[in-house]
Amino acid sequence: MAARPAAPRDIVSVPLLETRALCRTFGAIAAARDIDFRLEAGARHALIGPNGAGKTTFVNLLAGAIAASSGAVLLKGRDVTRVAQAERVKLGLSRTFQINRLFRGLSVLENVYIPVAERVGAAPSMFRPAGRRRDVVDEAMQLLRTLRLADDAPRRVAELPYGRQRLVELAIALGRKPEVLLLDEPAAGVPSAESHIILDAIGDLPPHIAVLIIDHDMDLVFRFADRITVLVGGAVFATGSPREIGSNPDVRAVYLGQAAHG
Amino acid sequence: MRDEHPAARALAGRHRLRPWEPIPWVLALAWYVVFPKHLGFGTEVLVTILFAVSLDLALGYAGVVTLGHAAFFGAGAYTVGMLAKHGVWNEPITSLLLAGLVAAAVGLGSGLVLLRTRGLTLLMLTLCTMALLEETANLGHAYTGGFDGLDSLPIAPLLGVFEFNPLYPRTQYLYVLTVLFLCFVFVRTLVHSPFGQSLTGIRENTLRMHAVGAPVRARLVVCYTLSAAVAGIAGGIWAQANAYVNLGTLGLDRAATVLIILALGGHGRLYGAFIGAAAYMMLSHFLSKIYPTAWQLGLGLLLVAIALFAKNGILGIGAALWRRARPPRATS
Repeated sequence: MAARPAAPRDIVSVPLLETRALCRTFGAIAAARDIDFRLEAGARHALIGPNGAGKTTFVNLLAGAIAASSGAVLLKGRDVTRVAQAERVKLGLSRTFQINRLFRGLSVLENVYIPVAERVGAAPSMFRPAGRRRDVVDEAMQLLRTLRLADDAPRRVAELPYGRQRLVELAIALGRKPEVLLLDEPAAGVPSAESHIILDAIGDLPPHIAVLIIDHDMDLVFRFADRITVLVGGAVFATGSPREIGSNPDVRAVYLGQAAHG
Repeated sequence: MRDEHPAARALAGRHRLRPWEPIPWVLALAWYVVFPKHLGFGTEVLVTILFAVSLDLALGYAGVVTLGHAAFFGAGAYTVGMLAKHGVWNEPITSLLLAGLVAAAVGLGSGLVLLRTRGLTLLMLTLCTMALLEETANLGHAYTGGFDGLDSLPIAPLLGVFEFNPLYPRTQYLYVLTVLFLCFVFVRTLVHSPFGQSLTGIRENTLRMHAVGAPVRARLVVCYTLSAAVAGIAGGIWAQANAYVNLGTLGLDRAATVLIILALGGHGRLYGAFIGAAAYMMLSHFLSKIYPTAWQLGLGLLLVAIALFAKNGILGIGAALWRRARPPRATS
């Protein structure tokens, strides 16, 4: 289907992130079907759905890691459907990954230095030592303090326990000071004994950031989300407050009922 | 408002000179005094170090896997050789700069195309680039001397004073040492800069670098071009020191040897090039004397051992021992 014109319709509240009839097909499979979605400033929005519902595809479409087949993605009212991932990052959209994508051989501090240096425009500088950019070093260190990672700052990421590696995953995304943050299963793979450090970190995120969190963990979702979208078969099945979603019999049938056992 | 956490201080001072860093330079000068009869061999080692440093920038820091780095060495060598042989230009320092520029142009041109790829494809394309250049040099007989190369290059005296004497290569040795030092300072500055830090980010996780908004390919092309320039200077100075060029400067042999040297010494550490080149060339020198028919067997066994047990080379072993010897919570 053809993309609809992508001008902001409603001046009163332009959402930070919006999709209109977003579609993505892989061969014969429609991984995203006509998704209309809005993420407001300061939102804590959860995206849930059974395995294979297209949650990660949707995040990849939002981030620009894969191209849309049709439809539009709008960031701060601007059509970014054809805009590359790196450019969307510069416009204030950061993401984390379901499976860690870290700079494993580098120290924790260096892992955060890299995104901060990119954001403040220090990264292209060739003839000044990295450490002379104390503004970058100090900001990276400050970010690690707020995530309670300061003690691990000199350690190589590969040496950290998995739960703390997940925090570094979050720290790298926050180094870009995003306005929109996409969290793809932030607690995935973290042993339950450590998962509270991730939950605390997400709970402490600056309130003005719009957060979209994808997760299976219903405790996490119902604890943080003020709005929930249920994705089934690549399409939006239901959207509403946690209470509405929790009491929606259709949602219970397709999803919550299964998840209660899984 | 400075963060005085030890980790922040360590990162802020990472570029500072370590106490051991003058050692290789002192040793190189000592060689000049102690072994005046082996300055030819010494010059060869220094040129190889320079070449390996250039490869370390691309491979060790940015993670660009290449098997064709001799393309740039050869481009530099032929620039110097052809300019001198055809009577166009033979002043050593300016021809060396030209060699670097020509190699950088080759690096930029090929890098724009082949750095779109990664892994095995990239490896094959670097090899192809080098093979194309080698065959071009082979076919362009009138200019390049073809298979025989160009010999007896009339290189002008350095600074108009110091003659290049192939039998007593004292000028060559000090000249190469100086150029190596300057290029090394350049590369060292580069890898400790925020740009260098972003290269290590690309090496460690290219996809994440895209996701933090870094212009990955542009950075790689810049790095590759600079690495090619340094390799071109290595090739150019090799041609000047030996007063000849041949197809071997563009060959797989040279490209593979420098890769082995970097693996042996340890990549991504700058000084791995020094240790690797010195160890490799000493070993091949002595092994070929002791066991002239099958001396490469010894090198091969050593390389297998390094690949199996010490992925970070000789310097990696050293660093591991050093960490074990020191208390774990020490700050540097």
